[in-house]
Amino acid sequence: MSKRELLGVEAAEPVGPYTLLRVERGGLDPGVPGQFFMLEAPGRLLPRPMSLCLAPPGELAFLIDPIGPGTQAICTAEKLHVYGPLGNGFRLDVAQPLLVGGGIGIAPLPYLSAALGRPPAVLGFRTGRHAEAAGLVPNAEVAIEPTLVTELIEPGFDVFACGPEPMLDAVAELCPGAQLAWEAPMACGYGACYGCAVEIDGAWKRLCVEGPVLVAA
Amino acid sequence: MLLLNASGCLDALTAPDTARQLDGFVTKTVTPLPRGGNPPVRIAETEVGMLNSIGLANPGRDRFLAETLPRLRELGLPLWVSVGGFSAQDYAETCALLEDVTVELNLSCPNVDEAPEPAAEIVAACREATELPLYAKLSPAAWDIAEVARAVEAAGADGLSLVNTIRGLALDARTLQPVLGCAVGGYSGPALRPIALAAVFACRQVTDLPIVGMGGVSTGRDALDLVAAGATAVALGTVCFSDPDAPARVRAELAAELRDRGYASADDACGAGHASQVELESSTAKSPAK
Repeated sequence: MSKRELLGVEAAEPVGPYTLLRVERGGLDPGVPGQFFMLEAPGRLLPRPMSLCLAPPGELAFLIDPIGPGTQAICTAEKLHVYGPLGNGFRLDVAQPLLVGGGIGIAPLPYLSAALGRPPAVLGFRTGRHAEAAGLVPNAEVAIEPTLVTELIEPGFDVFACGPEPMLDAVAELCPGAQLAWEAPMACGYGACYGCAVEIDGAWKRLCVEGPVLVAA
Repeated sequence: MLLLNASGCLDALTAPDTARQLDGFVTKTVTPLPRGGNPPVRIAETEVGMLNSIGLANPGRDRFLAETLPRLRELGLPLWVSVGGFSAQDYAETCALLEDVTVELNLSCPNVDEAPEPAAEIVAACREATELPLYAKLSPAAWDIAEVARAVEAAGADGLSLVNTIRGLALDARTLQPVLGCAVGGYSGPALRPIALAAVFACRQVTDLPIVGMGGVSTGRDALDLVAAGATAVALGTVCFSDPDAPARVRAELAAELRDRGYASADDACGAGHASQVELESSTAKSPAK
């Protein structure tokens, strides 16, 4: 059951260029890996969708790339409105999980890794500094550009992937049936705004209510 | 006083609890044929508002009537159907197929090509097609919105919805290219509020039709302003995106505002903002210079 609460920020820890934001959990349910929360900073009009990165007791932690005024306001706030969990997360009943992440797209993988019992992971980053975030994911092998993360994927795995669109497209081609977590700008997170609608295989889907996790055709 | 959602700012099927806090639910605009909508990026936040370029994404009239409308009826809320189109005939044909709803004619979407006919002509065509209550949703970009209000009233509109979004543009800070996939979009949120107030104020001076006021309402005080300008109902738009609890909150805040100011009800406060204008008009009428 999703709820919206005003919650205190307990810590904002730098992880390479990213920020790991630890927020008090309040009465919110952490949900399943791959689900997301809308984080709204004071003085901003719209919240931002962030998947849950870690769920320590009493806490919700989010990995954020503070690249614009909206995400920067979230990373420096003392309190945030947090609404969630929202959307459809990953299906966990698979035999041979492999986590595939790219850049800030690794955000949901630490929580997913814990839920799946620390399966192997392959992670791709632009630079060594960005790759510092790999420390959040157990059993991870890292590729730094120009090596691509898709070069590290061995056949025979049940793939869970989150990352930039070109990476997800490449994973979908390599691994039919992979569970892909997509991202798009959205205003609401609960099906109202149609801002996150994407055309996938000829059909328009609202990533917030029909995703963000979709199975590759 | 009715509290509604602005069309396209809530889906009662994905947020039934939010919808039930309203006095009626206004659908996303329905067009004759299905529309996927505009290419991404579709949403951009600016300093004091948001831009959207959704482009009337909807399943089309046939699927709306067969699938969406019956499911909405199960919620037990009064329904307002937002009707869109690309000709007066498009609008009228959809109106003829509707029953037991209020119709809001979206005459002013900034994200798609407009029908070639003027608003009043579309209203007249719909008036011939249905006896359902017809509200004309007007653009704040009209230079003289009161004139448009007069024209749609003469054409048979039963009410006005004021206002739609106004066209705006945001450029990416790094690339200086448009953020939205279609470059421009509809601007809404707090920046639209004074514009909506002016539109409601101007139209109230020329018509006694019911007016649904909307544009940047996020608090009870904002709603009271629209009522004082002449709105008989208020709709919540952009605020629904960030706060699904906004309907109940705004309703409670409005009740407190009315009570604190000694009004028995919102109807009692409707048009209160025109009092000084009436005095001004009567004093200028007496002025020898006139």
